[in-house]
Amino acid sequence: MLAYALKRLGIALLVALTVSIITFSMVYLPGDPAMALAPESASQEDIEHIRRVYGFDRPILVQYFDWLVNAVQGDFGHSHYLNEPAANVIFDRLPTTMLLGACAITFALLLSIPLGVLAAIRPNSIIDRIALTIAVVGQAMPTFWFALTMMLWFGITWRLLPITGTASWKNFIMPAVALGYYVTPGVMRLTRAGMLDVLASDYIRTARAKGLRPMRVLFKHALRNAILPVVSLAAVQFGFMLGGSIVIETIFAINGLGFLAWESIQRADLPMMQAIVLVLSVFYIALTLLADLLNAFLDPRIRVS
Amino acid sequence: MVKPILEVENLCVDIDVPSGVLSAVQNVSFSVAKGETLCIVGESGCGKSITALSLMNLLPKTANRSADKLTLDERDLRGLREREMSNIRGDQMAMIFQEPMTSLNPTYTIGNQLEEAMRRHRDVSASEARDRAVFLLEKVGITGARGRLGQYPHQLSGGLRQRVMIAMSLMCEPALILADEPTTALDVTIQAQILHLLADIRDEFETSLILITHDLGIVARVADRVAVMYAGEFVETGTAEQVFNAPSHPYTQGLLRCIPIPGKTKRGAHLGAIPGIVPNLVGKMDTCHFASRCPYVDDKCLSGPVDLRAAFEASHQYRCVLSPKVCAGNLKSGTAA
Repeated sequence: MLAYALKRLGIALLVALTVSIITFSMVYLPGDPAMALAPESASQEDIEHIRRVYGFDRPILVQYFDWLVNAVQGDFGHSHYLNEPAANVIFDRLPTTMLLGACAITFALLLSIPLGVLAAIRPNSIIDRIALTIAVVGQAMPTFWFALTMMLWFGITWRLLPITGTASWKNFIMPAVALGYYVTPGVMRLTRAGMLDVLASDYIRTARAKGLRPMRVLFKHALRNAILPVVSLAAVQFGFMLGGSIVIETIFAINGLGFLAWESIQRADLPMMQAIVLVLSVFYIALTLLADLLNAFLDPRIRVS
Repeated sequence: MVKPILEVENLCVDIDVPSGVLSAVQNVSFSVAKGETLCIVGESGCGKSITALSLMNLLPKTANRSADKLTLDERDLRGLREREMSNIRGDQMAMIFQEPMTSLNPTYTIGNQLEEAMRRHRDVSASEARDRAVFLLEKVGITGARGRLGQYPHQLSGGLRQRVMIAMSLMCEPALILADEPTTALDVTIQAQILHLLADIRDEFETSLILITHDLGIVARVADRVAVMYAGEFVETGTAEQVFNAPSHPYTQGLLRCIPIPGKTKRGAHLGAIPGIVPNLVGKMDTCHFASRCPYVDDKCLSGPVDLRAAFEASHQYRCVLSPKVCAGNLKSGTAA
């Protein structure tokens, strides 16, 4: 198990390094970064000055390693627009996004896994049909439209929930549902397919032949095997939510990382964007690593290979 | 006469398939006495496994079981609720399956799966169940049993896994063990070991054994009684001696002719084979089931269903309109040629 964990950790670090190279090169995407920073009226001298001040005149490898060493120490550079260390801004916003993501994935898993299991126990039953409907609707409905519809009904027509902001836990209900609902179909279908597969397997017959009660067969013997691919998918989706909450955070005016990303793109605040991409990527990598380790814990065969 | 552990009369299993109702098992009757071994023989798809699964009530949902009598230790198994039936499974009757490679849960240790089989039915502590598991693993010939408890199925070979399955079936010392082709998936050398093991276990624990197989060599070695199954029906039943010495049904005879006999079968000569294929069992069949492949078929075979009747002795029964001597005599000339 330890050998496997170390191996996975090594791979995760390599992925993080690759991401850091791509993130760093974002600065050079628009062409000459000094030119991009300078106002249109700037003279050649001003541009050269900017180049020296920001260090763009140094060899690119030196710039990268400088940036990387700083980033590892928690210094993601300075936001051009906010004139503040990017790290401060990010860690100010991150908890809100994490909370939203956690609520959304919890909602998604609580809805999709039981539905998937029920659909698999009684394939083609009414529960299966309902689950399928939820899946199809969920996959087809754009997140922003779903969010706006909820706002209209629960926020304006019935005045049950606050529409914007993060003042209380009630503010998180609609955004979490909107964000989580999008993930539900995939997780549910995967749970259903996995359960159907496992329930037809020989070891489930063995468990029943031992006289085990149906609930024990289902939850001890079947679910543990069926959940393995779901763990991987949920981790990826959670990472996706952290980065992909831009739309939801914008709609509900939640001051999170997604909202910050959207603002920074509008302001062409490159260091800020770099920092956001890097932080989210690291989270994403960490979640994947966590999912791998969880799967290895659940299935001994993974630990060996 | 010893009281039978298991009594089955007119067991039928019908399975709903898209094209109609498939009569997988038709009017099968047998009984098994304490410590006795019944071998059910037949080719793939003849209903052997369905018969075993129906005794355990582990049939797929599309299957319907009916019987005039189905008792285990004088308790009627018909109409039991799933909950009552699950109390019997693994406790009074246990089953060993054909596929040792996939019959154990890959995510739990051997020890966990063994102990669970006992703790479900007996009020024992974890350590008592563990001691029982170690005792039985040693019994089935696994060395270093205590260390094996922490191992996972993928760390064991097929033969070892089947031994674990056998040990698991013994955890509650059931009166009856159903073994559904327990050696089919194993190497020939391992097959012999597992068979010896089953025979030893049966003798030591006085367990009754229903062994399902298509391997007549196995039958000859371990069976007390034999039932030959064809297309959902028992076509011949009797003691192993009766069936092997005086096979009375053309199908049994055909099966026996398929086996090469060292010293008798000439090198390069053709082994026997039964021409044709198993009939489709969807829908009602009003003839002898074997008629389409039988070398002696005549009008009488096609005029209606054929009942079981006594061959040379009352305990030896076969399902054919012909006199038993015809087939028996033919078999002898068949092997000599």
